[in-house]
Amino acid sequence: MKVIMTETLLIDLDTEKWHCRRCDKKIGSARKSYKEGMLVYERDPQDIHPTQLDPEKYEFTFAPDPKWIRILEYYCPKCGVMVETEYLPKGHPPAHDLEFDIDALREQWKDREELTEPAYGPDLQMERKVHRH
Amino acid sequence: MDKIEALEPNDDQFDEETMMAKFLEETTLFLGPDPEIMGDHDLAERSDREDEAMKKVTDPATLAIVRDRILAGANEGFEMLENMGAAPGAKWGDLVTGVFSAAGDLAISSTGGVLIFSSLVHHPVKFINKYWRDEPTVGIRPGDVFMHNDARYGNIHNTDQSMMLPVFHEGVLIAWAGATVHEGENGAVEPGGMPSSAESVFDEGLKLSPLKVGENYELKRDLVTYFQNTVREPKLQYEDMKVKMFVCRRIEARIREAIDEYGVDAVIACLRVGLEDTRAEVRRRVSEWPDGTVRYSHFADSTLRENVMIKIKLELRKKGDTLTFDFRGSSPEFANRCNNTVQASLKGMICQLFLAFIWPDLPRCQAAFAPMVVLTDEKSALNSSYLTPNAQSMMTFFPAFTGAQIACAKLMFSIPNKSTKVVAAWYDMINTFLYGGMTQHGEIVGNVCADINGMSGGAHGDRDGENAVAPIFATMADIGEQELVEEEVPFIQIVSKRLLMDNQGMGKHRGGMGYEMMVAMTDSEQWGFMVTCIGSKTPNAAGLFGGYACPTYPLCKVKGVDVFEMFKSNPEDFSYSMIDVMNNQPFKEATYSTHHMGLQYELTRRGELYMISQGAGGGYGDVLERDPLDVMRDVEEKLTSQTLANNIYKVVYDTETLVVDEAATQKARDKERAARKKRGMPFKQFCKQWSTKKPPANIPFYGSWDDSKLIYGGSPEETMTPDTMRSITMPHPKDVRIEALEAELEAAQKKLARSAKAKAAPKAKAKAKAAPKAKAKAVRKGRKKSR
Ligand SMILES: [Zn+2]
Repeated sequence: MKVIMTETLLIDLDTEKWHCRRCDKKIGSARKSYKEGMLVYERDPQDIHPTQLDPEKYEFTFAPDPKWIRILEYYCPKCGVMVETEYLPKGHPPAHDLEFDIDALREQWKDREELTEPAYGPDLQMERKVHRH
Repeated sequence: MDKIEALEPNDDQFDEETMMAKFLEETTLFLGPDPEIMGDHDLAERSDREDEAMKKVTDPATLAIVRDRILAGANEGFEMLENMGAAPGAKWGDLVTGVFSAAGDLAISSTGGVLIFSSLVHHPVKFINKYWRDEPTVGIRPGDVFMHNDARYGNIHNTDQSMMLPVFHEGVLIAWAGATVHEGENGAVEPGGMPSSAESVFDEGLKLSPLKVGENYELKRDLVTYFQNTVREPKLQYEDMKVKMFVCRRIEARIREAIDEYGVDAVIACLRVGLEDTRAEVRRRVSEWPDGTVRYSHFADSTLRENVMIKIKLELRKKGDTLTFDFRGSSPEFANRCNNTVQASLKGMICQLFLAFIWPDLPRCQAAFAPMVVLTDEKSALNSSYLTPNAQSMMTFFPAFTGAQIACAKLMFSIPNKSTKVVAAWYDMINTFLYGGMTQHGEIVGNVCADINGMSGGAHGDRDGENAVAPIFATMADIGEQELVEEEVPFIQIVSKRLLMDNQGMGKHRGGMGYEMMVAMTDSEQWGFMVTCIGSKTPNAAGLFGGYACPTYPLCKVKGVDVFEMFKSNPEDFSYSMIDVMNNQPFKEATYSTHHMGLQYELTRRGELYMISQGAGGGYGDVLERDPLDVMRDVEEKLTSQTLANNIYKVVYDTETLVVDEAATQKARDKERAARKKRGMPFKQFCKQWSTKKPPANIPFYGSWDDSKLIYGGSPEETMTPDTMRSITMPHPKDVRIEALEAELEAAQKKLARSAKAKAAPKAKAKAKAAPKAKAKAVRKGRKKSR
């Protein structure tokens, strides 16, 4: 039984491992942080959120202050998909963000059907159907 | 003393202890907020009367019909209030109506409006029940009208005023009808109701503990006059008190009609059953979530007076049918800043996360949050003490909301049955202008623009977020008709609701985008603006599962110009883009500046520009998975620049026709994925060189670092524990500025003296007489340079 836990990660209850949903890479023990099996890169936030106002002229420019905040990007080591971004002040220990009780998860899913795609939830609004060709 | 001596017993009922208790009860000097009431967000115990009614009326169909009838009454009241209310906020949906059980639990809230208001009014109703019912000088009788606005007795902040009417049947209290409106002006130190310069609760204006303001459905004119005398908009104060009272009366009338038709037991049972069923359903739904823990820290970058880093730490734990929001380890409270949150306000905000964003199909009642647990440190920014100001509590509980929204989205992603779409963080700040002064009609006003509701939605798991759609605290709110507003106030939005290019949280699906606003005063002897948001240094709305956050937002000002005169003479110089105006500086004599988004009330002259942008929602998923056609559509619609399309989304296309080269795009994206693998470092190795033991010394950091029991108070040296937590007192930003300028001046003067001495020394004798002149010249030169 595989349970989809995030957009790009699942937990295989049989092997108790995190897997990448894009390339099926075995990331690590589901009882530990998936981050331990990730590649991390520290970004200057202005790489991603560029200054819109002239930084020579102005202190605030629509871009985050790189002295105040950094972006940690987490990549799958096999396929390179970005699994998570974490905005942290320099040096702040990354969060163990997802810690699931695997035994409870197994119990919970024993009567559920395995999903092959995430359940993104229903839309309570009128859904506009857009066809692209 | 006489009285006590008179009670002195021979009568053995009067032992000393009882006498002391009686004395203390009778001589309470001040009935402040009741910790028992304020700390409890669960439902009141089921009363005997409710139990009896529930035994008598068990037919679910009857209960459902009665419920719909009462809800229709609440919605009718909502419509009345929206149409008749004088507050600008009332006109665009910043209001709510509701029906409470006799004990004070919010049982039915109007379908639209600001749910957090009603989910907090149960505290003042419970206070009235506990303290005023048996108080001979107050009492609760049919026709009584109660009012309240102080957040410390249950509310968000005192710009929102609530009115509550008890509903009696044959002499027995069976329910309460209530209405709350974001009134705006409240007589605080700054106009508009949400002062950011308030340094104590006494700077925050009208602070009503729950009190009786009317009898026999008549407002007491002396009290109304006192309230009017305390605020800048006396007419608004009176008008809306009357409107709210009539709204509550209408709701009361609908409850009565339901009683006439279905009997009082059906009404009492309907309110209680709705609450209990909702609580049970919430427990059932929570139990479908996986057991586990999600951790997320959010960093608020300002107190609105200065940039500081305020950590909001959340550990969300789920076990069985219980969800625990553990905010311990968050920033301490601020003694003289008003960004502190009363813990009950925090709970109300998270309650409506569930009702508006996670389970909008549940009945809108307080029971939706009843099974949740919230933990905070006392004297922290999310559980502030009695004397700390809270008018801008949003600056800490909105970030806490974002933390809860992200943590819940992560925790519940796996469950097959959801009630709404998976969503990244909604934009969580009120990027708009507050204003105050003398209107073109000669009236004093103070209030806020409807753009308070213009927040953008977070990206969904399967599509982009909605642009500038609704605030995090209300569904179905409006952003008003700007033209109508301009009839009443002396400023116009020169640019209004124009989506700002690249203002997005990028991802596989991007967050909803925010619009820019440019305002200028047209015609007033005295007029000023305020802005009350954080997020100029660090982003407010987080991404989800690899999506990026929103950008940060500056306040831009152009002073010393009258753009209206410029429109007459050379309109072609003007650009309807704040970015162009700031980068190109088209007005020769003007001064251009950017600031963080905490602008205290500032007087403005005709035609000076104040410019901000609405925030964007967080992105969802990996940018490289965004459909290239979606990127091109955004480029075509000028929502995304070609720079972003190239650099972030890695789409290759014909820059003229915007036709995507799919093969080349695939290649570019593969190349980027390969580059990621190359530059990425294994986690453990990364942490070794990244993680520090303490916060950096160059940032004023508030809150825990890696140990939630060690809390920093602005520097790595300033530490406390949950037991020794103390309020932070901040220096006045102007004093800080003066100190910096004085230091600069002193350094410049020393430098000057040294260079004058060096110059003068060799020719000292020859030029003895010319020296004073040379010195004066040097001073002039030095000053210019130091600018
Ligand atoms: Zn992978």
